Amino acid sequence: MDTFGFLAQGLATAMQPMILLYALIGVTLGTAVGVLPGIGPALTVALLLPVTYGLDPAGSLIMFAGIYYGGMYGGSTTSILLNTPGESASIVTALEGNKMARAGRGGPALATAAIGSFVAGLLATLALAFLAPFVVKLALVLGPRDYFALMMLAFITVSAAFGDSTMKGLTSLFVGLALGVVGIDGLTGQARLSFGVPQLLDGVEVTTLAVAMFAVGEALFVAAQGSAMHDKIHAIKGSVRMTREDWSRSWRPWLRGTAIGFPIGAMPAGGADIASFLSYGSEKRFARKPEEFGHGAIEGVAGPEAANNAAAAGTLVPLLTLGLPTTATAAIMLAGFQQFGLQPGPLLFVTAPTLVWGLIASLLVANVMLLVLNLPLIRLWVRLLTIPRHWLYAGILLFATLGTIGVNPSPVELSMLMIFGIMGYLMRLHAYPIAPVVVGLILGPMAEQQLRRALAISQGDWTTLVASPVSAVLLTLAFLGLVVPPLLRWRGKGDVLSKVAAAED
Amino acid sequence: MKHTLLSVALAAVCAMPAFAADYTIIAPAAPGGGWDGTARAMQTVLQQEGISGNVQVQNVPGAGGTVGLAQFASSASGDANQLIVGGYVMVGAILTNASPVSLADVTPIARLTGEAVGIAVSANSPVQTIEELVEMLKADPGSVSWAGGSAGGVDHITVGLLAKAAGVDPTLINYVAFSGGGEALAAILGNQVTVGISGVGEFLPQVEAGTMRMLAVSTAERWVGTDAPTLMESGYDVDVQNWRMVAAAPGLTEEQKAAVTADIDAMVNSASWAETLETQNWANTYLSGADFDTQLAADIEATTVVLKDIGLVQ
Repeated sequence: MDTFGFLAQGLATAMQPMILLYALIGVTLGTAVGVLPGIGPALTVALLLPVTYGLDPAGSLIMFAGIYYGGMYGGSTTSILLNTPGESASIVTALEGNKMARAGRGGPALATAAIGSFVAGLLATLALAFLAPFVVKLALVLGPRDYFALMMLAFITVSAAFGDSTMKGLTSLFVGLALGVVGIDGLTGQARLSFGVPQLLDGVEVTTLAVAMFAVGEALFVAAQGSAMHDKIHAIKGSVRMTREDWSRSWRPWLRGTAIGFPIGAMPAGGADIASFLSYGSEKRFARKPEEFGHGAIEGVAGPEAANNAAAAGTLVPLLTLGLPTTATAAIMLAGFQQFGLQPGPLLFVTAPTLVWGLIASLLVANVMLLVLNLPLIRLWVRLLTIPRHWLYAGILLFATLGTIGVNPSPVELSMLMIFGIMGYLMRLHAYPIAPVVVGLILGPMAEQQLRRALAISQGDWTTLVASPVSAVLLTLAFLGLVVPPLLRWRGKGDVLSKVAAAED
Repeated sequence: MKHTLLSVALAAVCAMPAFAADYTIIAPAAPGGGWDGTARAMQTVLQQEGISGNVQVQNVPGAGGTVGLAQFASSASGDANQLIVGGYVMVGAILTNASPVSLADVTPIARLTGEAVGIAVSANSPVQTIEELVEMLKADPGSVSWAGGSAGGVDHITVGLLAKAAGVDPTLINYVAFSGGGEALAAILGNQVTVGISGVGEFLPQVEAGTMRMLAVSTAERWVGTDAPTLMESGYDVDVQNWRMVAAAPGLTEEQKAAVTADIDAMVNSASWAETLETQNWANTYLSGADFDTQLAADIEATTVVLKDIGLVQ
């Protein structure tokens, strides 16, 4: 049977009423945990794993996949409306999305996120079905040096998120890099900057930092301004739907986001967060109105949201074809497969084709469900902003705290949430951007480990970093990204950039 | 609608202990890992077999289990209803983290399950046998890059022991630590490193699919599912297994300790435990009482020596 035949058979499996029900439960739960700050899909799947012991394997795996997709989806809602990313892949969504929401354009922002996620999820799932064997071969060619080069490119790209002052952006980034050093060094097992506190040995949790900086910091900021708040939030201004212009500005970022997200998700050391950073950076480069970035550019929502969903589908490529779990959620899904006596890997497509194709088909179904579930909800969601502020932010604080201590009930974790929250408030007060701190914490340790792994493998030979074609190309791109824009500005040809961008469009 | 979603999610998340329990098992790791899996399997079996009416599992993640161990040792003292799951990784973590609380501060009850550490290469690697690999190691220790789990963990310790047994200076081994199993497997399959070292279970599916070749296993006996020789057979005096254990609180009376041991005995000998081992692919390496105490002491001593040799512990 060819791929089409298998997919048709899979769709038949996925359309069974019970399977549909599992998928519906999965996407609903996933959306809910994505919306709640601090609680991610990995934790939800882990907690549900024992519950599903007696259930049908196909149904429960499909439910897990639904949770994963739903989580990517739900994370955007709070990012956009409340400037509170539910997880690391939605951080850049908050940058433009929240600006749009404050200007009364929350509806279109949510819609472009939802439709972008749908388009990306659909295309990436089809890519999973048809391209998985090829993509996975490419993924294996990449080693630590190539990942290091990718991280460098990501660093340069996210400088796009620095806001108006490069100096302030760099300061924020280095605060994040410093936080990334805390904990046991992965390669030597030695503790760094843990000051004898055992809870710090595992480092600073990304979700704790993100929830603290964004949610707690924002709540404190709002509370401190009291009734003297100048920055008036418009709940709804204009249509809740996307305008013709929104559509025309969104569809290219959706496709670009998918093209960036799927391969990066499929890379064993990639991930949805890196995909969303790269997408944000490239949207800013390609945008027809780059000056709108930082003030609510719809491209900055459409691209990263498509990228993080495409990356979620990409993650399933190494999981299903090689049995390689590359994210926390994938690792727990692997445990789920094993619980049912199934071993994902090169043989899974042969030993359990009904299940695999049923799963892939269910992802398509789950995608449609998510869109149907979320589009009508947008009207409801945007009304969140009409809740009186003191109630709204009290609620956000409550959920942020519950989410954090629900994952790790320790006083140290709670103290970190509060300390980083106050730090986030002070940074806001002095106009330092928040996102680079979180980005530094995510990318810093990854880049460090990949660099040291690469050097260990080459036994200290630095030329290894440019010896592979992939790393050489990526590092060249990163270098150009660093050097060309200031050079053009210095030669007084800043307008050349936008012309180049327009021509490439 | 929104409220229903939130409450469903909260119910899932806040499934924390609320009632008095016959046993509370601390899993000193985040949900989803091996220790968490062991604790939850114990919970199911203890309840199903009627050994305990109500069992709660509590996760206290952090620092190779030492955060949970420290909390357990201080708060559970004298309470025979509390248990903690742990394992060989904890032995190494206590040493490398210079943890103030060690396994001497709790009451180890029994070793439950274990897994051999496998040494494997990608199918298209030029290395065919463990002897060839050791020859390369002897000729130039740095040229053999090992992909394995976290630094100071059981994989790293096994490489150190093998180097020592082969007469190679353990400080010269080129060990590349990977945090997740997936990334390490990708590096091995893609020939980014010379050789991989990890739990046999991670490699077996790849070996079955013909994408990897197992060179040796670390236990004294051969491992089910692979015909790879043991390191002992190949002439290297190494016997390591990555075991998981259960311990009770410190300060128990002999009667209390005997009662807990009897409950664990009953659990291990039950049909549902056998079934759990089967579905989870865990090997039964049950050992309790004085035998376990002796084995544990020997493991701790060997680990201390090798971690000093590698240079991870001063």
